[in-house]
Amino acid sequence: MGLETFLFIIVGAVAVAAAAGMLFSKSGIHSALFLVLNLACVAVFYLMLSAPFMAMVQITVYAGAIMVLFLFVIMLLGSERIDLGLTDRRLGFQTPAAFALAVLFIVVVAAAVLTGQIPAPQPVNDVQATTHGGPGEVGAVLYTRYLLPFEMVAVLLLAATIGAVVLARDVIPTKRSQRAQMGRIRELRQMITTIETEAASAPGADGEGAEEEAAAPAPAAPAGE
Amino acid sequence: MEPAPLNISAYVVLSAILFAMGALGVLIRRNAILVFMSVELMLNAANLALIAFARFYNQMDGQILVFFVMTVAAAEVAVGLALIVVIFRTRRSINIDELSRLKD
Repeated sequence: MGLETFLFIIVGAVAVAAAAGMLFSKSGIHSALFLVLNLACVAVFYLMLSAPFMAMVQITVYAGAIMVLFLFVIMLLGSERIDLGLTDRRLGFQTPAAFALAVLFIVVVAAAVLTGQIPAPQPVNDVQATTHGGPGEVGAVLYTRYLLPFEMVAVLLLAATIGAVVLARDVIPTKRSQRAQMGRIRELRQMITTIETEAASAPGADGEGAEEEAAAPAPAAPAGE
Repeated sequence: MEPAPLNISAYVVLSAILFAMGALGVLIRRNAILVFMSVELMLNAANLALIAFARFYNQMDGQILVFFVMTVAAAEVAVGLALIVVIFRTRRSINIDELSRLKD
C-alpha cells in the first residue's frame, strides 16, 4: 500500500466521520465546527490532487470566511441548542426514506464507477502534476480563457453584498421618510375632517343638500391644518 | 518505490459519499442553518470530484470551475444567512417545518 493510498484512507475516514458528526450533533456550533474539519480534510485532498492553490483558497474562503459567517449567525440567533427535530415532525416518513435514498445514491455511483463508466484517464507523470495547480497556472487560465466569467463573478459578489446589507439592516427612519410619513398623516387628518363635516351636514339635507356638501369640504380642508 | 497510483474512482466514490451525506442532511434536519450547511457539504463534494477529474485528465478547467463554485457559494451564503436572520426576526423561528405560510 502506497503512501498516497494510506493518506487517502485516513483522511477520507476523518472527512466522512466529520460529515456524520455535522449531521447528527445536537448543537449548531458543534455542527459548524465538524463542517470546518470536513472542509480541511477536503483541502488535504486538493493538495494530494496537485491543486495547492485551490487548497489554500478552500482553507481561507471556505473554512475561514464562510464558516465564520455561519458561526456568527448561529450565535447571533441564539440557536446554539438545536433539537434534532426527531420529535413532533409533520414529515416523519422523510427520515427513513432519506437514508434509503442516500444509500441508493452511493450504491449507484459506486456501481457506475466500478463497472468502468468513466473513460480511463491519460496517465499523468509526476512532473506535469506538480506544476499543475499552482497560482501561476490557475491565473494564466483564469485571466485569459475565463476572463469574462471572472468579471461576471465580481458583479455577482457586489450584488450579493448589497443584497445582504439591504436584507439584514434595521429600517432606520431617515429625514426624508419621516417627512413623507408626516405628509401622509396630514392627508389622513384632512380626510377625516372632511368626512366629519360631511357627516355633520348630512342629516336633514337631501337631494339639493348634496351639492352644498360637495362645495363645503373645500373650505373646511384648510381649517384642518 | 513507485506504488500503484490511486485511481480516480476512489475520489469519485468518496465524493459521492460526501454528497449523499449532504443530501441526507438537507432532508432530515429541520433547522434552516443546518440545511444550509448541508448544502455547503454537497457543493464541497462536487468540488472534490471536479478537482479529481482536473488532476486525472490533466486539464485546468476543473480547478477554474471549483474557483467559480467557491465564489458563488460565498455569495449564496451571504444572502442566505441574511434571509435567515430576517426570517428569524419576523417569525422567531427558523424551523423549516413552521415556515409554511406560502401554502395559505
